[in-house]
Amino acid sequence: MKKFLEGSHAVAEAVKLCKPGVISAYPITPQTHIVERLAEFISNGELNAQFVNVESEHSAASVVLGAEAAGVRAFTATSSQGLILMSEVLFNIAGLRLPLVLVCANRALSSPINIWNDHQDAVALRDSGWIQFFVENNQEVHDFIYQAYRLAENPKIMLPVMINMDGYILTHGMEPVDIPSPTEVDKFLPPYNPPYKLDVDNPLSMGLLGDPTVYLETRYAIQKTLEDVLKIIPEVGKEFESIFKRKGIDLVEKYKIDDAENVIVAMGSVCGTIKDFVDKKRKEGLSLGLLKIITYRPFPKEEIFNSLKDKRDIFVLEKAISLGNEGPLYTEIKSLFNAKPPNIFGFIAGLGGRDVTFNTLEKMLEVAKKGKVRSYFLDVNYSLLKEEFFIYE
Amino acid sequence: MSDHFKDHLFVSGHTACSGCGQAIAARLVVDSLGKDTIVCNATGCLEVFSTKCPQSSWCIPWIHSLFENAAAVASGIEAALKYLGKKNIKVCAFAGDGGTSDIGLQALSGMLERGHDVLFCCFDNEAYMNTGIQRSGLTPYEASTTTSPAGKIWQGNWRPKKPVVEICAAHFIPYAASASVGFPQDLQRKIKKAASISGPKYIQIHCPCPLGWGFDSSLTLEIAKNAVLSGLYPLVEYEYGKLTKVFKISKKPVIEYIKPQRRFRHLLKDEKALKKLQEVADKNIEYYGLEKEVEK
Amino acid sequence: MFGPLVAKPGSSKNNQTGSWRMLKKPKFLHKNCVGCGMCKLICPEACIDKKDKNFYEPDYSYCKGCGLCSYVCPKKDIIMVEEE
Repeated sequence: MKKFLEGSHAVAEAVKLCKPGVISAYPITPQTHIVERLAEFISNGELNAQFVNVESEHSAASVVLGAEAAGVRAFTATSSQGLILMSEVLFNIAGLRLPLVLVCANRALSSPINIWNDHQDAVALRDSGWIQFFVENNQEVHDFIYQAYRLAENPKIMLPVMINMDGYILTHGMEPVDIPSPTEVDKFLPPYNPPYKLDVDNPLSMGLLGDPTVYLETRYAIQKTLEDVLKIIPEVGKEFESIFKRKGIDLVEKYKIDDAENVIVAMGSVCGTIKDFVDKKRKEGLSLGLLKIITYRPFPKEEIFNSLKDKRDIFVLEKAISLGNEGPLYTEIKSLFNAKPPNIFGFIAGLGGRDVTFNTLEKMLEVAKKGKVRSYFLDVNYSLLKEEFFIYE
Repeated sequence: MSDHFKDHLFVSGHTACSGCGQAIAARLVVDSLGKDTIVCNATGCLEVFSTKCPQSSWCIPWIHSLFENAAAVASGIEAALKYLGKKNIKVCAFAGDGGTSDIGLQALSGMLERGHDVLFCCFDNEAYMNTGIQRSGLTPYEASTTTSPAGKIWQGNWRPKKPVVEICAAHFIPYAASASVGFPQDLQRKIKKAASISGPKYIQIHCPCPLGWGFDSSLTLEIAKNAVLSGLYPLVEYEYGKLTKVFKISKKPVIEYIKPQRRFRHLLKDEKALKKLQEVADKNIEYYGLEKEVEK
Repeated sequence: MFGPLVAKPGSSKNNQTGSWRMLKKPKFLHKNCVGCGMCKLICPEACIDKKDKNFYEPDYSYCKGCGLCSYVCPKKDIIMVEEE
């Protein structure tokens, strides 16, 4: 059934059909509409779940940790400061191998406080052991919720999944979303049945002290599992496609790459803009394509390498910067190529919600013509930076 | 298997210090609650000495997450059980004094405010013992710790204990109480009473620490008793915010309590400082109405 | 899978802490015991068994020799002796 929904509500509709038992979140713009809609569902009896109104994001993540440990499917959502505040718990959840699904409405990090979209928050958690996806539109975020639980709760995986959606652009932007029927969802997503849980009939102790004789192996185990995840993601996507009759989750999306000499690499909703830009440039005679990275963690090295290895110019455009070095995505892509690499250019744009437009993308191609760049900030307003200490009058 | 493994839900083989008050308290709590109990334990001595991989002393379902979130994780477990319709399972959060009064206070307050059916037990050994005896919000006045050491200028901790029992009672929860391993049957009674109540409960248990306080392991119970009998550790019960019961004492002078403890040694040479500590005890006795004949 | 570090209940029994004892150990005299059960109630190691009516005995493979059973016994039926 098609509905015209903002991204947050598309998330809430999918979560409802996944029937979680415990939902807990702390309000932060621009995630608020997700949990508000879920609260409405519960209040009206459309969803049977425990809604826990916590006093901080740290506790929100802790509540869903407890629920998952007790064998009940749980959900939470957050952004930016909230994600960073709960980051301690997120590392904990990955280490405890609990299959939580979290939606992050990507937003810039303080300071300065800024409620608009960029990817600095999600990227800061890339070392945590979480599986991370970036979605392009509201249909994707809706569909990824089902696939995320399916992937996470696989007893061979048991790792948490973060679905990243651009704050405001997707959360508050309205698009048509096709919502499946409950029967279709139940066919695809079985009930949560964990291999270990807190159960008085089978008592276990979880979260032990792991000294140097065992800790290394726990990290190795997560690393190995994430390597398996790379193979399982496309399988889950194919199964999704067979039931729901539309494209499922994948590692990357190749947009007009096969015959392109030059490729832009990006993640998130900006890919929608870039796809239109690619079409425009191709009409103008430039050989251009887009490699959209969907799965960020585990990093699909082989897929990306194979898609880019025979290309001439690669433009990595990202909404994050590892301050003091380059954009994280640029660094990771550059590291895939040793002998005879293509020309890889790194660009930073859209931080703090500054729109990435066709002008931005044209500027990107222009700068690349002048020579190799590793972390070139696009659209900088240099007049703001003239004085050493800038104090508004 | 030896009987003593079958009789208890917290069993031998843990690596607590000899004579550890917390080991006694933890066992008394879970034994009183029974096998239908789930515990979420904050980081601290108890968690470390009871679950060093691959061993666990717990015979009930148990989870350790982080330092400050025991109350929040317990809330999540309680919500999950509610969703599953599983009744009569007691969910508990265990934490030390640091994990309760300092870093854990926010999560505790949130849990109490939301009214979860969770029993929060604070094992109060009056400092951050696991990390090396540092001062916490529940460190008593003039106690020497590594971050409030008694020296030429300082006389140990310069602040009174944070009134966490009162803070919890101020949430108007059904039951908030203090207890001591020096009075184990009283502790058992309070645990059983809490277990019979639905809603959020808080029990703060005084657990003397031979290593941290500096006394011989055989004195744990006597020192715990003297803390109560001196008035420095009042045993009280609050129901819905109202003080309903106190453990009446035949007052003992504070010096009898502090004499065997290295952490108070500096007071034995400083009459003025000792007097100030006696005043703290006297104030407690007056405030709670503790003085009467001791009832056995 | 090896990951969350999960242990079975009571697996600590494999750690025989009786080897910690250095100076003293409790000796239960079994002369004046009235079966109050206080020794078993307060043992931090939970290693005292009730073998029979008015007959309690510690499990020396776990006893750390803290001396609390001796302190708490109302009939002074437990004394601390030198460890061999």
